[in-house]
Amino acid sequence: MYLPHTDAEREAMLKAIGVKSIEELFRDVPESYRFPKLDLPSGLTEMETIANLQDLANGNETTQDLLSFLGAGSYNHFVPSAIGALISRGEFLSAYTPYQPEISQGTLQAIYEYQSLVTALTGMEVSNASHYDGATAVAEAVNMAYANFRGKRTKVVLSAALHPQYVETVQTYVTGSPIVLAGVGEDPLNTPDSLLPMIDKNTALVVVQYPDFFGRIYDYRKLIETAHQSGALVCVSVNPIALGLLTPPGEMGADIVTGEGQPLGIPMAFGGPYLGIFTTKMEFVRKMAGRLVGETVDGKGRKGFVLTLTAREQHIRREKATSNICSNQGLMALSAAIYLSLVGKAGLREVAELCYHKAHFTASEIAKLDGFKLVESAPFFHEFVVEAPIPAAELNARLLDHGIIGGYALSEAYPNRLEMANRLLVAVTEMNSREQIDTLLEILDEVCHE
Amino acid sequence: MSEPQLCDLSSRGRRGVRFPTADVPFSELPEAFLRQDLALPELSEFDVVRHYTRLSQLNYSIDTGFYPLGSCTMKYNPKVNEDAARLPGFTGIHPLQPIETVQGSLLLMYELQNWLKEIAGFSGMTLQPAAGAHGEMVGIMIIRAYHVDRGDTKRTKIIIPDSAHGTNPATSGMLGMSVVEVKSDARGNVDLEALKAHCDDTLAGIMLTNPNTLGLFDEHIVEVVRMVHAAGGLVYGDGANLNAILGIVRPGDLGIDVMHFNLHKTFSTPHGGGGPGSGPVGVAAHLADFLPGPVVDIVEPEDDENPPLYGLVTPKKSIGRVKAFHGHFGMHVRAYTYMLSYGGSGLRQISEYAVLNANYLLSRLRSTYKLAYDRTCMHEFVLEGHLDGAPDIHALDIAKRLMDYNFHPPTNYFPLIVPEALMIEPTETESMQTLDLFADAMLKIAEEARTNPELLKTAPHNTPVGRMDEVKAAKELVLCCGVGPLS
Repeated sequence: MYLPHTDAEREAMLKAIGVKSIEELFRDVPESYRFPKLDLPSGLTEMETIANLQDLANGNETTQDLLSFLGAGSYNHFVPSAIGALISRGEFLSAYTPYQPEISQGTLQAIYEYQSLVTALTGMEVSNASHYDGATAVAEAVNMAYANFRGKRTKVVLSAALHPQYVETVQTYVTGSPIVLAGVGEDPLNTPDSLLPMIDKNTALVVVQYPDFFGRIYDYRKLIETAHQSGALVCVSVNPIALGLLTPPGEMGADIVTGEGQPLGIPMAFGGPYLGIFTTKMEFVRKMAGRLVGETVDGKGRKGFVLTLTAREQHIRREKATSNICSNQGLMALSAAIYLSLVGKAGLREVAELCYHKAHFTASEIAKLDGFKLVESAPFFHEFVVEAPIPAAELNARLLDHGIIGGYALSEAYPNRLEMANRLLVAVTEMNSREQIDTLLEILDEVCHE
Repeated sequence: MSEPQLCDLSSRGRRGVRFPTADVPFSELPEAFLRQDLALPELSEFDVVRHYTRLSQLNYSIDTGFYPLGSCTMKYNPKVNEDAARLPGFTGIHPLQPIETVQGSLLLMYELQNWLKEIAGFSGMTLQPAAGAHGEMVGIMIIRAYHVDRGDTKRTKIIIPDSAHGTNPATSGMLGMSVVEVKSDARGNVDLEALKAHCDDTLAGIMLTNPNTLGLFDEHIVEVVRMVHAAGGLVYGDGANLNAILGIVRPGDLGIDVMHFNLHKTFSTPHGGGGPGSGPVGVAAHLADFLPGPVVDIVEPEDDENPPLYGLVTPKKSIGRVKAFHGHFGMHVRAYTYMLSYGGSGLRQISEYAVLNANYLLSRLRSTYKLAYDRTCMHEFVLEGHLDGAPDIHALDIAKRLMDYNFHPPTNYFPLIVPEALMIEPTETESMQTLDLFADAMLKIAEEARTNPELLKTAPHNTPVGRMDEVKAAKELVLCCGVGPLS
């Protein structure tokens, strides 16, 4: 397929090596295991391959086919054309990690600008070059806080309103370690005040989400103050689009701000690849995992960029590193940087306001439908919890018959909480037109009263 | 040649992408929560396109030149993979959609799981890990969970050969395992005597890269696996070097219990300037129940009228979820497309030509550069970057000088056990002409090292910037700047 060798070249190469056949090069492989027969399909031409992939893609129903109000950690936003065009350039796409700065200034400057954009957005002092996704960024925050106290503080308080998959990810990461998680299993709709009594002198970190999993927004200043009085750190996991409108956690005093960067110009793509935002204060920079780009000069005094503080990383510290992370989400960080550059100061505010207004309109109209009510009275951004007159899973099934994905049935994440049975988490973004919202309202009413 | 920064290009009031005005009534904004300042760039779309296009031109990449970076498998990234991954049917679906609406994606993942199992000889597979290091973490968690499940709680020791990637000890360390290093023998294999000394009832397992980072297939692999198993340990395979053995030998057949794949190496998904990667993990039957969830499986068998229904299932004794959702699906599409293009017999050719290319390049360089272990190599080989008659020249100088010849340098100073290491992996997609040009440059540089060492010491000369002051970067720590318009 992508092999350039002609027969004559192959023979010339074998001769130069001094062997008669390619098979001879594999003499070190135990003979009884050598050259297994693989039960795989035969290769296809490019024409056949792409037709095959198109068939598979046709087996999915997309946001073009369905009206979707599904969020819960992945959001349907507008992706400007320039992003795809720029990140498809082979010079970005097919480059490796910028270990050779002389010939990697493009990637390095783009990461440096990503770091700059993300610190501006979150109100923090330093950003790394990114983690895998929003969930693993929280897990890395837990590791960092634990290491910060040299293992002397073993409690981590997780808000029960943190994305349930983030909670599960943290649980997996801390299995077998001395870290004990508090707050997990509490009523997910508790307010941040319910976390205050859990914070003590053994607490390394408190993790909250902003907006939280249910879309609610809270001022975390009091929580952060309380945590700091006990000497604990606070991590806030954000939706970056919301920060176009809302006070950034950096201004509330957060020590670590993480987030899922997917809404910044990255397609939903069935869950990945996404972008784990990770920012902190300068005082913790040497404790932070992940790549970091810094500015410097070359021998002639020309400004440029390099990977820096690499002594923190696995290839230097080996078993003493606090994280084994080796890659960053390079191309996804580039997407986010291009997105933030394209929409800019005014555009990010616009898209955040559109989400806000559309979600609030939808919420207030749903609340008017017979048998429906909003579960929460707290302020929210672009996602909210609806109590339906029938089980949410069944409601979703009926909506799907009409080509609508109504939202996320909370019974899926909280199967043991009976009060969640009829609750639906609904997200509305700039992509949902008034017409779509009206259709949702009409069909919601219809399917619950048929 | 340099490119201004976003703040230099910004101009107050300039707009890029705009959004429509709201088609719903306005709601009151939450006054108490509104941010006062948002210092983002103010640029036109064209400003942005030109800026990032120019930045891209400061990069070296596979598409622009030969990238023989050892251990990284910098092969050609086919364009059809990109088209496939960008099909709207794949990009426009939400990870939590009802499974009935995403059968195309689930089928793709199911088949990819099966093909990876077939290639490497495993019974179970997860596509969830986000990268190689993430897959390693999953692998060691599975090994730990297996022992704990059997009540064998004192097994906390992981053996790692001295030639291993840094992620191996970092992974074990981060999971609280104790790491012991075993040295390599005179032929670059795991030293069996050294291994024997650590095979006791505290052994959890060994992390083994085979072929190893010297590019050598361990001649005692069967014995190494036997010894570890006999002591009650499990064998973790680091799949970083799988590109050498597709269709040549299956790690599962050799008794490897668990292994991660690097889709961004072996299966041609682009490196993207540092990521995203994708690190599926395969396991033997006795470990399948421990895989992170969810994995894709058939949840309703086919009948006369319907195809099977694919769904997401969490294995019985799962170590748990290691990230949100189901893994880097976009990378799964690319790897699937790649495997579909090659097919079973084509995959074997990949490894055959990767090994042919490496041995050919080695044959052209071996009389000029020292070779730490003089054996037939697999897909890569390691030279020593110091030359007789050029005492001041180091691997770094040779690496930097290669840039002047328009080549990306090999991996240098790794593996740690070879002095002044230059680790060269040409991959199968390079032609004989390219290999010859690279060999010519390496030979020319060896000559320059003796006749004009200063040329190497001050290299590179033809790049956008020269050698960077890394000490200054680490000392002054300028890690971000304002991105809004300069006032």
